[in-house]
Amino acid sequence: MSEAQIKSLEKQFDDRIARDEKIEPKDWMPEKYRKTHIRQMSQHAHSEIVGMLPEGNWITRAPSLRRKVALLAKVQDEAGHGLYLYSATETLGISREEMYEQLHTGKAKYSSIFNYPTVTWADMGAIGWLVDGAAIINQVPLCNTSYGPYARAMIRVCKEESFHQRQGFEIMLKLANGTPEQKEMAQDALNRWWWPSLMMLGPTDDVSTHTEQSMKWKLKRKSNDDLRQQFIDQTVPQAELLGLTIPDKDLKWNESRQSYDFGEIDWDEFWQVVKGHGPMNKVRMKARVDAWEKGAWVRDAAMAHAEKKRNKKQKQAV
Amino acid sequence: MKNKNLYNYILGIADNSLILGQRLGELTGHGPSLETDIACTNISLDLFGQVRSYYQYAAKIAGDDRTEDDIAMLRKEREYFNVLLVEQPNTNFAYTIVRQFLFDVYHYLFLTELQKSHDVTLVAIAKKSIKEVSYHKRFSTDWLKRLGDGTTESKQKTQQAVNDLWTYTEELFYTTQADNAMISEGIAVDVTKFKANYYQNVNAVLTEATLDIPESKFFQKGGKQGIHTEHLGYLLSDLQYMQRTYPNMEW
Repeated sequence: MSEAQIKSLEKQFDDRIARDEKIEPKDWMPEKYRKTHIRQMSQHAHSEIVGMLPEGNWITRAPSLRRKVALLAKVQDEAGHGLYLYSATETLGISREEMYEQLHTGKAKYSSIFNYPTVTWADMGAIGWLVDGAAIINQVPLCNTSYGPYARAMIRVCKEESFHQRQGFEIMLKLANGTPEQKEMAQDALNRWWWPSLMMLGPTDDVSTHTEQSMKWKLKRKSNDDLRQQFIDQTVPQAELLGLTIPDKDLKWNESRQSYDFGEIDWDEFWQVVKGHGPMNKVRMKARVDAWEKGAWVRDAAMAHAEKKRNKKQKQAV
Repeated sequence: MKNKNLYNYILGIADNSLILGQRLGELTGHGPSLETDIACTNISLDLFGQVRSYYQYAAKIAGDDRTEDDIAMLRKEREYFNVLLVEQPNTNFAYTIVRQFLFDVYHYLFLTELQKSHDVTLVAIAKKSIKEVSYHKRFSTDWLKRLGDGTTESKQKTQQAVNDLWTYTEELFYTTQADNAMISEGIAVDVTKFKANYYQNVNAVLTEATLDIPESKFFQKGGKQGIHTEHLGYLLSDLQYMQRTYPNMEW
């Protein structure tokens, strides 16, 4: 294909996206579009799968049967999200095994928030309320993203995420209205999860890469800083409702901006965790690699069995 | 308590699902594939759903201020009446599947009979649960065949699991005093009646999975009288942790 032809295809492609048309797997797409989507979508799928671990940590210790069932269902939803996000990514010409390989070797990233430990039951509330809350803010705009399979997967993901967020808030509410010990547990969880949740919305706009291109492809609608402000403005009143204190002494309503001002985020901590040196990075990765390696004989058996069945059928047909 | 036998009978049924559900819950996020992970979590969820129905009914029969969570999480080790099979650990995926299969075949036959009970609540729970258990049985049967008739390694691992867990099968057909009292009232299932059927079903699948049927005639029992293997205590310390550490609180 000549350069002029490619230019013309790219122009048509950009026009389609500008008209809000969806790009489907069989459509022509620029290589960069394909690669960027593989990176973002697989990262998203990995986050769902690694995200099962911190919450899975409390399944056997959930305080009541009702909470245990809800937590199991939530973690199962995350596995489901992972499954259809991996499937959606596969439409771009990469296999699930390749994506796992990238995760296990550290080539692909996942959301850094899951590199923090879940040390008390209240963390199940804080994760639902804050982490899923921040995730929804990141993800709702993706329901209208340009790549069809991703947009459709996200519609389903977002519905379930908002249910999870309410569930998390409800856990916090129960604790906040409980005994002093329970309330303290809730406050402690908020103290630990607040800043990492703000970091989830990504680096500040002045250092964030990819943003302009991602905006054009509708992979992003708002900048990281705008999303973060939206999250803070939405969450502060919820914390007030819970009677909990957000651990930021600089947090203050700004009348002229009609938004909250907030304190400095510790970006050194953010980059430390992103680069693999958070409290749980190694543990999370080991859990994923172990599951994969210990499961190899099971997957091999399933393949061998399917092969035997096929051969049997073929023999019968002859 | 007016109806102690019925209460104990319900606990005997429910504890099996509680302990097996708890075991499966340990695996969430660590399965050999995303699909098996989802399936095992799903089975765990079904079992806990059933557990809640049984314990809510038991709490009603107890007639004091006991709740489903008190019954599930605040008994002592000797007061759990599950069979030894379901408390066995997730040594590897073969053990998980074989344990599930050996229980599912029993559970399905059991619920089939429980639908004929004179107790309408138990009938209602059985009718709802059997649909779920029929799926569990299909899942564990399919996987047993894959693992048994898969690779040399999977066959060896699965045969080992069958050999090790076989000793816990006969207890499924042991009846306690509460069971016998409830059988005579037409409420409980007489499990001894489907014992032959159980082994027939199990043996047929093992054969299809190209596995050997263990010849050992030595069986273990005790769970139904609250005498458990050493595994249960550890499982209970997780299960009961929150209720014990923070007594009398709502969650």
